[in-house]
Amino acid sequence: MTSAIPARPVSPDLEPDTTPGVGPGGPSDKKATAQYSDRVRAERRLGWILAGPAFIVMLAVTLYPILQAIYESLFQFRLTAPGEREFIGLGNYAVILSDGVWWSALWTTLLITIVTVAVELVLGFALALVMHKALKAVRGPLRTAILVPYGIITVVSAFAWFYAFDINSGYVNSWFAWLPGIDSDLNWFAQGPTALFVIMASEIWKTTPFISLLLLAGLAQVPDELTEAAKVDGATWWEQMRKVIIPNMKAAIMVAVLFRALDAFRIFDNVFIMTNGAYGTEVLSLLAYRQSISRLEIGLGSAVSVLLFLCVLIICFIAIKLFKVDLAGAQGGK
Amino acid sequence: MPTRKRNSTRNRSRAGTVASVLAGTLLLSGCGPADGTKTLTWYINPDAGGQADIAERCTEEAGGAYRIETSLLPSDAASQREQLARRLAAGDSSLDIMSLDPPFIPELAEPGFLAPVPDDVAESTTQNVVEGALAGATWKDELVAIPFWANTQILWYRKSVAEAAGLDMSKPVTWDQLIDAAAEQDKYLGVQGAQAESMTVWVNALVESGGESIIVDPEAPSDEIELALQSPAGLEAARIVSTIGNEGLGGPGLATQDENTSMINFQGDNGSFMVNWPFVWPATNGAVEAGTLDASLIEDIGWGVYPQVTEGEDSAPPLGGISLGVGAASDSPELAYEAIECIVSPENQAEYFVSNGNPPANTEAYEDPRIEEAFPMADTIRESLEQSAPRPQTPFYNEVSTGIQQTWAPPAQVDPKGTPEESTEFIISVLRGEQLL
Repeated sequence: MTSAIPARPVSPDLEPDTTPGVGPGGPSDKKATAQYSDRVRAERRLGWILAGPAFIVMLAVTLYPILQAIYESLFQFRLTAPGEREFIGLGNYAVILSDGVWWSALWTTLLITIVTVAVELVLGFALALVMHKALKAVRGPLRTAILVPYGIITVVSAFAWFYAFDINSGYVNSWFAWLPGIDSDLNWFAQGPTALFVIMASEIWKTTPFISLLLLAGLAQVPDELTEAAKVDGATWWEQMRKVIIPNMKAAIMVAVLFRALDAFRIFDNVFIMTNGAYGTEVLSLLAYRQSISRLEIGLGSAVSVLLFLCVLIICFIAIKLFKVDLAGAQGGK
Repeated sequence: MPTRKRNSTRNRSRAGTVASVLAGTLLLSGCGPADGTKTLTWYINPDAGGQADIAERCTEEAGGAYRIETSLLPSDAASQREQLARRLAAGDSSLDIMSLDPPFIPELAEPGFLAPVPDDVAESTTQNVVEGALAGATWKDELVAIPFWANTQILWYRKSVAEAAGLDMSKPVTWDQLIDAAAEQDKYLGVQGAQAESMTVWVNALVESGGESIIVDPEAPSDEIELALQSPAGLEAARIVSTIGNEGLGGPGLATQDENTSMINFQGDNGSFMVNWPFVWPATNGAVEAGTLDASLIEDIGWGVYPQVTEGEDSAPPLGGISLGVGAASDSPELAYEAIECIVSPENQAEYFVSNGNPPANTEAYEDPRIEEAFPMADTIRESLEQSAPRPQTPFYNEVSTGIQQTWAPPAQVDPKGTPEESTEFIISVLRGEQLL
């Protein structure tokens, strides 16, 4: 999992003129290069030398497999029938996109993404506020306590949630029997809605700390003078929040939403452990796994993966477009 | 989900097993003779340490001809297959000996991933081997793997429940009798309704007991495969599954119930009858010894052959187990087969049954006196093995099995008329590459 803190112009960069948030490997500003002194140029070169190997490794481990997957997706190819490999163009894509299984997995994945990100954003913001406002004495232990779920391996937390809700070994049914609809005979994993509820709850529990950490970074960047000025002007807590704090941390919120949305969209572990995709809980990553790993249908599986990748790109595209506008807006106001 | 059920003490001791296997491997590699003795790698499914013991014994007996090292595969059959298939396809030369689940053997044999069995080895290792295990190790009339142990499901029952129902358990009973008995006494029938391999095991046994096979011609290419799910036997199977599901006879947890959870329910107050692998016996005894179950439970447990679908017609119980294969890319297939001859000796099979609870494929091994003591139901197991029928032997087993799981689970959604048809259409279109799985 990548975890970058939202880039606002806070770190003293080597090149203060360039767009914040663009590291080595990003688009460099050629016009500006001419104006740089020898020292700056040497530092830039050093930067490339230091980051270059990592950049090349990145290309090797991400770009190459992506290209390979795109290539394989054009074939009908089963690992256990190597002799019958056959070029079928976009045939695999036609099979996938005309199949209800793909669409139902896509809707399930989208549902999980939207619900978990929305809930996490609210919860995460509340936790970020608590961490931000907490007294110095309890700040450390509080942050640690909030971050613990995020430190637990997803497979482990998935098993913990599974056993808690399991009809045979779980305690949830007896603890919450007073709630309508819950009794000792409720089998959470036997139908889609209840199974998805547990999967999403586990996902939210596990990754809310991540989003709250990103939001805390954003919160820390809101200048105190602004909130103080608002307070002097008689703004209520809610008005400060709505008119000062949230607009000033929009970039952090967008980064948090983007990262979590991408993560949630690629959900695998929780579903794999709890239901293995049974009873309407199939998600896209699991569908790709089932085709290429279980069925050993490399062509079909690659095509599912490529489509999954395209979905991720679309989410990125939408989010980054929004994100850029906000970032520019925030800077313009400065 | 594991199909080959092992004794559940294993589940608890898995960590210990892993540790001891690792330690064993380290010891072997650390203290092994430096004289260039050929090392054979045996990829084993997790067990209670029995395969590692056999590897050690055979290494000793070989007197320096070879040394067997074990390497642990993932815990469930499907993941074992995934790992082996990928390694075999990549031409991994370390796959000298592999513990293979029979349903996946055709898939590996068809593309030539398994080294051919030498005639003399085939001759010496197939004497007195139960027919089902032999069928499971055969592909296109040729032996492609060596049967090691054979598993089968038997009918477990609570004597008190059978007595109250007035059933004569000395004779085979039918599914309908069990359904009536459980319904009358408001007890749960122990069947496996989870969307997992165990569902295929159940459906296959029902269809086979009705005198049909799920796949009409298992050797047909993928686009010509025909299914017999819509035959009278298939419809009858759907009726039984649907009745148990819709009348709630499997209990509220049926839709997610596998072999282990059905055993736990069977041991509880609502237990009545259950179809399950022999691991139930050591697991229940272990739980009684550990004090988690009442000792009187053991007295109340009886066993018989798998229930019949049609009264008077022998059932075809599920068949599981492990056969040993040799990778085609192995550097020394002859030596590997020599080692296999040692591994599958009747003495080793008997020892493995007593220590790990996995029944021998060789009937000669059942004559060991220790077996009767540890497994009072050994005769029933043997009889069941003779009657058993393998799951569809096809290179497309994964598609067929997953297709059945996705259409037959949960049992409460099975429609006695619609499901066999829906299942057939789904599997056929997946096999023709027109649909995703």
